[in-house]
This record gives sequence, C-alpha cells and structure tokens, in this order.
Amino acid sequence: MRVRVQAQRFDTGAELEGFGAGGDVGAVVSFTGVVRGTGGLARMEIEHYPGMTENAIARFAQEARDRWGLADVLVIHRFGSLVPGEPIMMVATASRHRVAAFEAAEFLMDWLKSRAPFWKKEIGADGETWVAAKDEDETALDRW
Amino acid sequence: MIDVMYFAWVRERIGESRERVETQAATVAGLVDELKAREPRYALAFEDLSALRVALDQELCDFDSPLDGVREVAFFPPMTGG
Repeated sequence: MRVRVQAQRFDTGAELEGFGAGGDVGAVVSFTGVVRGTGGLARMEIEHYPGMTENAIARFAQEARDRWGLADVLVIHRFGSLVPGEPIMMVATASRHRVAAFEAAEFLMDWLKSRAPFWKKEIGADGETWVAAKDEDETALDRW
Repeated sequence: MIDVMYFAWVRERIGESRERVETQAATVAGLVDELKAREPRYALAFEDLSALRVALDQELCDFDSPLDGVREVAFFPPMTGG
C-alpha cells in the first residue's frame, strides 16, 4: 500500500510500473484526475492539512483494501500550484477480478473528494475563487 | 491553551493560518463564540457555521463536541479533494 501527498508532479505510467504484479492479481484499475483548463483557468492552487491528510487517506486506502480484498492500493495526491493538463491525483487498485478493482477505485475517489482535507482555488483572468463542494459529492458517499 | 488552525477562505478571512488561543470554552461552539466576540474578521469567518467543518486533533467532529483534552482545533470549508 502506497500513499503519498506531494507537491511534485508524478508520472502515472511510471507509478503503475510493476503495480500489483505477481500473485493472483488479474486486474489493475487506475484513475488520474487532471486540472481542467475550462473557463480560462490559469492555474489551480491546492491547500491541505499536513498530517490529517496523510492519515485520512491511509485510512480510506486500508478500508478499501479490507473491504474488497485488494492485493495492493496506491493513492497519490498533490498540493501547491498546478496548471491545466497537469495530474492532480491518482488512485490505483489491484485485485483478483475487475469488479473489486473498479468498485474500490470509485470508493476511494468518492471519499477523497469530500473527506480528505484538500481545498482547491482556481485562478483565472477574472480573479480567484475557492472551489465549492458539491452536494452530489456528499451524497455519493451514501452508496458505500 | 489550544492550537487553532484555519484553512482556505477561513484562513483568508481571519488572516492567520495558526494561533495559540487561551480558552475557557467547553465545546467547539463555545470557542467559536469567544473568537467571534474578538474582532469583526472572526465574526465574518464564523458567520455561517453550516458552511464550515471542524476537526479536533485531526479528526472530523461536530460543533457541539467537547474540547476537553483537545490540543489542536482546525476550522475549514467543506473539503474539495480528488
């Protein structure tokens, strides 16, 4: 299980190299979140709560691992200043069959969205705005 | 004494990211009332508690949670990770 919170850019391909390889793993699912350039966005600033962030993510990753019997889990989430096109975060799950890997990845994404202490600010030509949490992200947790 | 931390627009409104606070409050809500009474910037930041979340020693809690034994309180808007 790997959990990283970092400012540096990461390479999804390199991170997935060898991930979940061996044993009885038959499925690896990964998701990468990317900064959208919609609406003339110049950059995105991500703030987080050091300590709480790592602990919260490690807890979600452990829960996903136990619940879906995953062979491995990887979560990387960035903070700091990012420009459109850059990866913000990624999750990867490895399991025996694909359904568990897909479900566990969705579970992790839903929890990261509204329970990991990150806050995004968008900076564009019209100034800066804190991204507001969406009600649908909150209700998405109900299905788990 | 208790460490109080602010994130995102709460930090911007208050103008600090962290401070040591002397408090007699028994709950988070009591601490919020003390802070609001200090200066308008606090009153503005804590205007609408439904728009805020609180963590006690890095665990999400409620505004009626007790402060007994707590070392670190953090106030922030709903999280927007992912």
